[in-house]
Amino acid sequence: MDLILPDFGLLIWTSIVFGLLLIVLVKFIWKPILSAVNTREQNIAESLELAVKTKAEMVAMQAQNENILKEARAERDAIVKDARETANKMIEDAKSNSKTEAEKIIVAAQQAIRTEKAAAMADIKSQIASLSIDIAEKIVKSELASDDKQKALASKLAEDINLN
Amino acid sequence: MILKNTIKSIFLSILTICSINSAFATEHKEKKEFNVNEMIMHHIKDAHEWHLWGSEHGGTSIFLPIILIDGGVHTFSSSNFYHGEMKTAIDHATKAEVEYLQGVGPAANYALYHEKIYKLNDGALSFEDGHVHGNVKPFDLSITKNVMSLFFGATILLLIMGSVARFYKKNGAVAPKGLAKFLEPIIILVRDDIAKENIGHLKYKKYVPYLLTIFFFIFFNNLLGMIPILPGGANLTGNLTITMFLAVCTLVVTVFSGNKNYWGHIFWMPGVPVPMKFFMMPIEIIGIFTKPFALMIRLFANMTAGHIIVLALISIIFINQSIAWGALSVPMALFISVLELLVAFLQAFLFAMLSALFIGAAVEEAHH
Repeated sequence: MDLILPDFGLLIWTSIVFGLLLIVLVKFIWKPILSAVNTREQNIAESLELAVKTKAEMVAMQAQNENILKEARAERDAIVKDARETANKMIEDAKSNSKTEAEKIIVAAQQAIRTEKAAAMADIKSQIASLSIDIAEKIVKSELASDDKQKALASKLAEDINLN
Repeated sequence: MILKNTIKSIFLSILTICSINSAFATEHKEKKEFNVNEMIMHHIKDAHEWHLWGSEHGGTSIFLPIILIDGGVHTFSSSNFYHGEMKTAIDHATKAEVEYLQGVGPAANYALYHEKIYKLNDGALSFEDGHVHGNVKPFDLSITKNVMSLFFGATILLLIMGSVARFYKKNGAVAPKGLAKFLEPIIILVRDDIAKENIGHLKYKKYVPYLLTIFFFIFFNNLLGMIPILPGGANLTGNLTITMFLAVCTLVVTVFSGNKNYWGHIFWMPGVPVPMKFFMMPIEIIGIFTKPFALMIRLFANMTAGHIIVLALISIIFINQSIAWGALSVPMALFISVLELLVAFLQAFLFAMLSALFIGAAVEEAHH
């Protein structure tokens, strides 16, 4: 029967021991254990979250990189194309420029040649005239050096006139 | 460190009060017949000595200090009873002979009958219908076997959990090692599967320390009860006083946590017709007490039954007085002991879980 009857002495000891145990455990033992476990769990959760976020960021960054690369490639192509066009244009321009220049030079040269030629012709003409006069003078002089000759000439001229 | 030293000094002082008796005690004149019932009852009930080995009276045991409150505090060793005089009295009703131990020395005014202390009237106890009749029972605040076991259990719990707490204090929030690694899953089990699951994630935090304490208190004392020799062997968690105390703790926590919704469900059950509300009220009020009552009985009955089965199986050898029966009884007792290890955990888990369930019902918010 006394197996199922409470023992008050034991009850008092139990309340003292359990009460003290509860206070000590709650204050000095469960608190640090639970806080450490909670902190660790939080750290793990945060790290996992961060990892997922980082992964997503990496994917986004990769996509971004691809975009940038694509853009860069397009830009490069555009630049190259531009450069080629510019070069071609420059060559074209240079070509056309040089042609007109050459033509101009040729025209100018032809002009100059013509002018020179005209000047040279005029000079030659005047020299030939003076030389002809000189020669004629000398010939006349020699023809009219002696009386005989003057006579011969006169006769001859006379003859020519006659014959005419 | 201070805490540890205090515990140590308390421990040592208790041990010095206790005196160890060696085998040169009084020999019994005649060999009593082996009584299974008496032996088992003796083992599962409280005592004022810690019996180690040898015959029940005269073997080796630790005599625990007796503290009586009877017009002042009287303290003496229980050896004053166990080494006292064996007296016989005649039952007034049944006319049967009853034996009891009369104290000597400082215990001269008292007698011990079935581990209960009575004050003597005219130098004797009087019996009627197998019970002591007319003798006053002084208030017995002795350090009995169960109280001693309680001290051991609390000390072991504090030492083990203290070392776990020290690990976290020293290392911070790192992966656990050693003892912490072993106990952390159990702590998390209590926190998540017992507290959070039954109380709800909003309010469970406040109750986790209480639930952890009752869980480990019951678990460690259950295991301690499984050890056949000091510091185990007492049937602490199979003692109704202990389970009653724990159940009352849960009752108090539940009642003081009860919110408007909880009390509303008890006194004025919503959603039922008015006559039914009056009908439900007393049922619900009784329900407040039956729940912890069930907790009390469950733990008491489970642990006591486990001890009884193991002892009964071992008793087969002594009933038949042949060691050959050990081939049957020892494996069976071993099997039950292993089962009891599971029960030790299971009962601690159940007690904590049902406590959490009751608290959860008390703090639950009305849902529409």
